[in-house]
Amino acid sequence: MVASGALGAVGVIAVAWPFINNLNPAADTLALSSTEVNVKAIAVGQAITVKWRGKPVFIRHRTPDEIKEAEAVPMAELPDPQTDDSRVTDTAKKVRREWLIVVGVCTHLGCVPLGTKSGDPRGEFGGWFCPCHGSQYDTSGRIRKGPAPKNLAVPDYLFSSDTLVKIG
Amino acid sequence: MASSHGAPPVFNNKVIAWIDHRLPIFSYIDKEYNTFPTPRNFNYFWNFGAIATVMLVLMIATGVVLATNYTPNADLAFSSVERIMRDVPSGWLLRYLHMNGASFFFIAVYIHIFRGLYYGSYKAPRELLWMLGVVILLLMMATAFMGYVLPWGQMSFWGATVITNLFSAIPVVGDSIVTWLWGGFAIDNPTLNRFFALHYLLPFIIVAVVALHVVALHVHGSNNPLGIDTKGPQDTVPFHPYYTMKDGFGVICFLIVYCAFVFFMPNALGDVANYIPANPLVTPTEIVPEWYFLPFYAILRAVPDKLGGVLCMFGAIAVLFVLPWLDTSRVRSCTFRPVYKWFVLFLVVDVFALGVCGAHPPEGWYVPIGRLATVYYFFHFLILLPVLGKLERPLPLPSSIAEAVLLKKAA
Repeated sequence: MVASGALGAVGVIAVAWPFINNLNPAADTLALSSTEVNVKAIAVGQAITVKWRGKPVFIRHRTPDEIKEAEAVPMAELPDPQTDDSRVTDTAKKVRREWLIVVGVCTHLGCVPLGTKSGDPRGEFGGWFCPCHGSQYDTSGRIRKGPAPKNLAVPDYLFSSDTLVKIG
Repeated sequence: MASSHGAPPVFNNKVIAWIDHRLPIFSYIDKEYNTFPTPRNFNYFWNFGAIATVMLVLMIATGVVLATNYTPNADLAFSSVERIMRDVPSGWLLRYLHMNGASFFFIAVYIHIFRGLYYGSYKAPRELLWMLGVVILLLMMATAFMGYVLPWGQMSFWGATVITNLFSAIPVVGDSIVTWLWGGFAIDNPTLNRFFALHYLLPFIIVAVVALHVVALHVHGSNNPLGIDTKGPQDTVPFHPYYTMKDGFGVICFLIVYCAFVFFMPNALGDVANYIPANPLVTPTEIVPEWYFLPFYAILRAVPDKLGGVLCMFGAIAVLFVLPWLDTSRVRSCTFRPVYKWFVLFLVVDVFALGVCGAHPPEGWYVPIGRLATVYYFFHFLILLPVLGKLERPLPLPSSIAEAVLLKKAA
């Protein structure tokens, strides 16, 4: 009785798996997983939005002040502690402090925070401000205030030259 | 056909008799909808079950027809809805009926739920009946949410983004669940496809649960405004013609209001931002769900913590599941609960206050009011109901429905 019940349960799970697995991203969706961007035209202090995997990615050319501000924050003040350097390192382990590249999706409920376009509100910490539920990010894209639990995600990226970056 | 109270029907038509002898559908209809003994003292609040059923049928009928012209593809969905509005014969009417039908379905169901709360319809022996109703409410919410995504406007897209991201708050499995909902890295074409499939499926599951809801209802029969059990034929009238007529009248009145919206202000309950095609790179300045979700959205935002907010929002529905056991009072109807009556009416005010807070950005007074209203909502169900049931002294109950009705008539 127990043995046939257990075997039956295994069978049910084995049959259920293809149905659940079917919900995962398809191969063609996964194939669209990298974007190449030329950042030459982005002036110091400016930021742009590019589309990667259907989501916005912010590329900000940070000013020396913004870098200094991001580096000066004590870790104890951060809800999700990460050093600024760890957030501006590409996959070849090269640190490029002037380039901040983050996924432009608020870690609360997925809105696109404001602060990339000139004239946008950038919040109390000079980074980004999410209009949906009021989360505020600093000049390193780290969460400082509001309901979002995590920092803006840093995607994998690699600078193949000083002006060409491949995201993903 | 001749039939009297309690006796099995005799069918004079030979074809009907032949069928009924083999498949007793006519006996069933006679028993459950013709002679079915129903309390004689219903007020108009008892119309809303029938009204909700009519709305469900209307939503399925209009939805099936709309689906024949709709294209569930991220590049084509928005324009296929506009084509339905402009080019497809009667398309505008069917879409407005469907779009406003969702709102009026929720209006009917919310009034139906209020009726249950006020007259204690959730109490023994109707707990399962009530819980099936909560299941229907959850299925309706899922269906309405997915349906709202289909036109692929800005509010469709960003509403879907916010709501699917709610699941990412669940520890460990949250991110997998979100990926399974999306079928990709963000809300995109795979999401639209699966939402369309589910939006078409769920209403039929609702029909099945409604059938169970009615089966459970017909075991002990309906509650009534006095909240006391029926004690014999003097307390009841047959369902037909008494309540078929009364329900028919209520349905017509309700449909008149509904049609006023459909024909004269079809977009009054919607959001203009949904007439802008979805843009994954720009969040609208304000993301507001449809009105029927606003109280729950306000609860979500009242808690300054992602997981906490999500738990409270789902908790607001979950608490309804255990309501029959939270209420310790033996008296069903608020007519005889002089204290609780005011609290249940205050709960209605509280839910409206939550709705107003949900409709506005979380700034200024809306923040403390939203939080207080959230606290009251849970206080009401989790503390007030169990405690008040023990403390309150209910008014004396009439000995029977017939007695109460006849006394009222004499007075």
